[in-house]
Amino acid sequence: MTAMIQVANLHKTYRMGEIDVQALRGVSFSIMRGEFVAIMGPSGSGKSTLMNLIGCLDTPTQGQYILDGLPVDQIDRNLLAAVRNRKIGFVFQQFNLLPRQTALENVALPLAYMGGISAEERLAYANEMLTLVGLGDRISHRPKELSGGQQQRVAIARALITRPALLLADEPTGNLDSHSSAEIMKLFESLHEQGMTVIIVTHEPEVASHARRVISVRDGLIERDGMPRRPNSHTPGRRRRPSVVDRAAYRVERRMS
Amino acid sequence: MSSIDVSPPAPSPTADPADRIDAAQLAVLEEGGITIGETFTIALASLAANKLRTLLTALGIIIGVAAVVALMAIGRGSQESITAAITANGANLLTVRSGAGSSGSIRGQVGSSQTLTINDAQALADPQQVPSAAYVSPEYNGSAQIVAGSLNVNAQVIGSTEAYPAVHNMTIAGGEFISAADNSSVANVIVLGANIATTLFPDGDALGQAVRVNGQRFRVVGVLDAKGGSGFGSSDDATFVPLSTAQRKLFGGRAIQGGAVLVSSIAIQATDAERVATALSEIELTLREQHGLPADGSADDFSVINQQDILASVTRTTQTLTLFLAAIAAISLLVGGIGIMNIMLVSVRERTREIGLRKALGARESDILLQFMFEALTISLIGALIGLLIGLAIAALVSLSGLITAVPSVDAALLAIGFAMAVGLFFGIAPAQSAARLDPIDALRYE
Repeated sequence: MTAMIQVANLHKTYRMGEIDVQALRGVSFSIMRGEFVAIMGPSGSGKSTLMNLIGCLDTPTQGQYILDGLPVDQIDRNLLAAVRNRKIGFVFQQFNLLPRQTALENVALPLAYMGGISAEERLAYANEMLTLVGLGDRISHRPKELSGGQQQRVAIARALITRPALLLADEPTGNLDSHSSAEIMKLFESLHEQGMTVIIVTHEPEVASHARRVISVRDGLIERDGMPRRPNSHTPGRRRRPSVVDRAAYRVERRMS
Repeated sequence: MSSIDVSPPAPSPTADPADRIDAAQLAVLEEGGITIGETFTIALASLAANKLRTLLTALGIIIGVAAVVALMAIGRGSQESITAAITANGANLLTVRSGAGSSGSIRGQVGSSQTLTINDAQALADPQQVPSAAYVSPEYNGSAQIVAGSLNVNAQVIGSTEAYPAVHNMTIAGGEFISAADNSSVANVIVLGANIATTLFPDGDALGQAVRVNGQRFRVVGVLDAKGGSGFGSSDDATFVPLSTAQRKLFGGRAIQGGAVLVSSIAIQATDAERVATALSEIELTLREQHGLPADGSADDFSVINQQDILASVTRTTQTLTLFLAAIAAISLLVGGIGIMNIMLVSVRERTREIGLRKALGARESDILLQFMFEALTISLIGALIGLLIGLAIAALVSLSGLITAVPSVDAALLAIGFAMAVGLFFGIAPAQSAARLDPIDALRYE
């Protein structure tokens, strides 16, 4: 089993006016390929800062971060865009879909920034990804015409389309009702079962309980790292079975190569 | 609640120097990325999504370019019509006018005193004295009422000799011009300009008819071709009688003073364009001698006007005027550019989340910069093209109104479009940079 994320002695200090705020004060952990991890913590704990660092949206003040074998802490800001594009699939609380574009166009967007794939191919992959998240019949709907749960699925399809090493979700159910939340969490679980590395940043224990491992952050340090406090009914299995994702991914990979 | 830590055995991240990033990894990250064409498509799509705003933003550029194109077309048109009117009289033309007698240091107005006589004209016509003159046409002008049957018109009457048509580039449509015989016999014959002929004889049978000029009976012996050109004393609106008839019969009281027979002006055509300057000095020398002026450089009591000088000064004036108008129009282009910057800054603010999202999904700073630069440039290009069409339409309308034939030019259009693009580029940079520099974290949180 190889490490997807290796973080060592990570520090992040923000300067707010005259005061230096230490958001992270030396965080170390590893996340293996295929893990399903929740990062928890109250607001101000540093969990958002940690997410920004893991998501390569920000760079650490000090410390080391290796993502999928890539020493990200040494990469300059402009190349980080390429790292985000290829290694990380983001899912946001606000969905962040472009309102004037269809579900299909929204999902295809990251491939445009990846480059080298024609527009028709991009839309074809996007179609496959939307089918994968159960929205094959909603491809030409605009975000406004979709429910919150459906919008978040579009966002997940968009996060998956570049075949990232890591799915990074920031409060993915924060804007959803309980029914949609359950659906989305089920989708994350199924993605995890199919081998995807999933990290969810949340403050809700209910959401964190779906994960197989919980990293709790407080005052810029890791407070606890272990099983969810309320183990859910699923047996943590790493059993791989060929799935829709695998089949779709195989087709996409074959076309890309 | 007991919590059993079963976190996976965390392999402590190695601080091994072997983990340093290698060139191959960097190269993979550097390749690919969005193409410029794709970025342009994104920019177009975002403009298309806000058509009204795009159009309103472009309005400043539209007005600016339309104004520059229309004003430069009108300026050029008026310059060409003035030039045409001047050259219609002959480019090698020199006109001698009496006057400019000086009293003290104050120079009198041209033509303020009558000093040119028929003798001066004869001296200038002498090829010994003025070899550079091809034709010499002494003239005596006045205006009179011309009556034909129940129709009448007030027209310029030019006393002229047979040299007149050659000097002034005029051709006869029917009949013939004033002849030397008409002059020596002080005949009551008249030649009508094209407009006068159609006014007095709408049926077109002017030749041989009788008209009354200041009550005296004249016979129409010729009608001139229409020459075009407006204003500037077009020959189409003039009539011509023998010089002697004008001096002795029509305007006799003024034309003959103390035995000298005066002329109002003498028009001279130089043999060719290169000899205009030579002719000028020959004319001055001859006239000074004629008028008994000492050769010590005292002031002339006549003035010689060179048609080419007039042309040059008129051209300079209209060019300056055209440039001045275009400069004012260009200011509106500049204001249009500020409008673009304004709207683009608002647009960046409005689309902060979109920018943050694009960055999170892999857009580089340069991609965002390009996207917004393309938007600004496309707005100014659209504005310039619409402005060009409106400018051309205004020019066509002005031409249609018949006041001035506006002449739109390619260089004016290119200048306006180029300037508009430069304005878009200049004022697009600041908003595009502010978009490119947005921190993706802040941008994604922006409400």
